Amino acid sequence: MLFFSYFKDLVGQEVTVELKNDLEIRGTLHSVDQYLNIKLENTHVVDQDKFPHMLSVRNCFIRGSVVRYVQLPPDGVDVDLLHDAARREARGG
Amino acid sequence: MSWAGPEDIFLSTSLASYLDRKILVLLRDGRKLMGTLRSFDQFANAVLEGACERVIVGEQYCDIPLGLYVIRGENVVLIGDLDTEREELPPHMIRVSETEIKRAQKVEREASELMGTMRKRMEFLDFD
Repeated sequence: MLFFSYFKDLVGQEVTVELKNDLEIRGTLHSVDQYLNIKLENTHVVDQDKFPHMLSVRNCFIRGSVVRYVQLPPDGVDVDLLHDAARREARGG
Repeated sequence: MSWAGPEDIFLSTSLASYLDRKILVLLRDGRKLMGTLRSFDQFANAVLEGACERVIVGEQYCDIPLGLYVIRGENVVLIGDLDTEREELPPHMIRVSETEIKRAQKVEREASELMGTMRKRMEFLDFD
């Protein structure tokens, strides 16, 4: 629940999603759901030559189960807020 | 997909916006399927009409027609909305026949297997 709320606050930010198949996709976070499925807009693949099939894909839905990392801009995160939320979650959970 | 509350209505990670559109589906086994999304559910199971598999080996590609497909959601990596305005592939790519691309795939697979065994042998010898 914590990360779902966290990602909801990140909607509109530019992120890079690294998948378990090593594909890296940069895009604007459009939406997220309870499974941490991600919808990205204005996408472009980081290493385009390696993945030519993705050339005309501009919006995509990424299944949460295949995400390895979500790379964020360093100023896009309020670490203290996240820290507090995690502490609260650990206490209450 | 979670139930959308009133504030979530614009936030929904629903595949509904891709319905009846041409999409690209990446599968866990590395296959790329293209077709029209006709149906989906909360597990990302999907029904693809007029599906074809786009096989790309180096500069060659081939679209193998498959017909009507039901994809189990656990195999789905990504579902991409194909922008019909843009070129789907880099212009220098050559379209070849199914037999030609299957042959190219076999060559590529054997080459990577050879690389794999060679690397294992080197690791076994434990060169510093």
